[in-house]
Amino acid sequence: MTILDYTFDLVTGLGLLFVAWRSLSCTNLFKAILLFVAFSLLMSLAWVRLNAPDIALAEATIGAGLTGAILLAALAQLRILTGEKDSRTRDNATPATTAAQRWLRVLVILPVGAGLVYVVATLESVAPGLGSELAAMLPSAGVGNPVTAVLLNFRAYDTLLELLVLLLALLGVWSCGRPLQHAKSHVDSPALSVFAELLIPLLILVAGYLLLVGSSAPGGAFQAGSVLGATGVLLQLSGRPVGIRFSRASMRAVFGAGVSVFVAVAVISGLLQGEFLQYPAEYAGLVILAIETASAVAIGATLTALFFLGPPPSGEEPG
Amino acid sequence: MNAATHYALIGAGLFAFGLYALISHSHLLRKVLAINVMGSGVFLIFVALTRRSGAVAADMVPHAMVITGIVVAISATSLALVLMLRLAASTGRAELPDSTSR
Repeated sequence: MTILDYTFDLVTGLGLLFVAWRSLSCTNLFKAILLFVAFSLLMSLAWVRLNAPDIALAEATIGAGLTGAILLAALAQLRILTGEKDSRTRDNATPATTAAQRWLRVLVILPVGAGLVYVVATLESVAPGLGSELAAMLPSAGVGNPVTAVLLNFRAYDTLLELLVLLLALLGVWSCGRPLQHAKSHVDSPALSVFAELLIPLLILVAGYLLLVGSSAPGGAFQAGSVLGATGVLLQLSGRPVGIRFSRASMRAVFGAGVSVFVAVAVISGLLQGEFLQYPAEYAGLVILAIETASAVAIGATLTALFFLGPPPSGEEPG
Repeated sequence: MNAATHYALIGAGLFAFGLYALISHSHLLRKVLAINVMGSGVFLIFVALTRRSGAVAADMVPHAMVITGIVVAISATSLALVLMLRLAASTGRAELPDSTSR
């Protein structure tokens, strides 16, 4: 490791700690959210340094982009609900704590932090891991990118259940009913409108590229889906309402596309191969691409829908 | 100290920061941020520690699991934020009452 690498890691690591601390301790919640977005971007730098470009892409699009947008949308609604312009978004509700209470908290946290540091620092410096097994099985996976192979072939159960979690979260969000008052759902800005017109085709192109390239290089359904989700949010913010033109049934078909295709593959492969999600090796690449395409569309639609923090304002009954 | 251990230690620090903020703030939006920071700390430790395998082929299984985790995190975050908004709609506050002072 060169001195430059070391300096970069040191600055990134200390930056992560500093930004996280500022985000969690500053009194203004708006500032806290912006700092959290900066934190997620620093995290994706750390992922690149850890040779994990797939995670870096997911972190930058989901962690920094969409989580930030959803947090800001929630803050905007919170301001309306609590009826105060700016004061309530200052986190002054935390009751005044005595020095003794603060020290008690530090006393609770310190053993946890110190224990983690101790465990990490004293672990064996070489661990076997599953790297060699993965490399040995990769030729039969149907895709060249080991992360995609794990996500959609070797540990496909995880991904199937994860898509279900995403769907359940959406159902949960919709079950809580429509927000009482709607925050303004778009920004009146000619610059944003022009910018969106230029950017949206490009974003869809990028999503398609990420989806296809995921079989052999960093990328895949999640990254593509989150770029699609960001496209949906941008469409909405620039005054082109999304989701309104869909009838309810077709909307549900889109949201459920990933899980449906996945379950169909699981059942068919179960009947043909005798085991759930055991793809025939010669069709594995094709099967994975089919699942990924359906999943990317479903993930994109679901993430856009989550941004509304309630059933879409489409004049339909909630549900 | 190599880069992997360095980032694993940063992850441990992030987890501790997040846990401290989680128990010391009463505003729910802040708690959601704190849980997200804790999650990032866990992911960082998880992936950084797999770099220990050294010369052997890199272990990508945790990478895939962390991508899964990031998507689950945003699902949980959205649901938590909606619950917070419902609480604010019915009580006018987005904080949990402090049981010692009320």
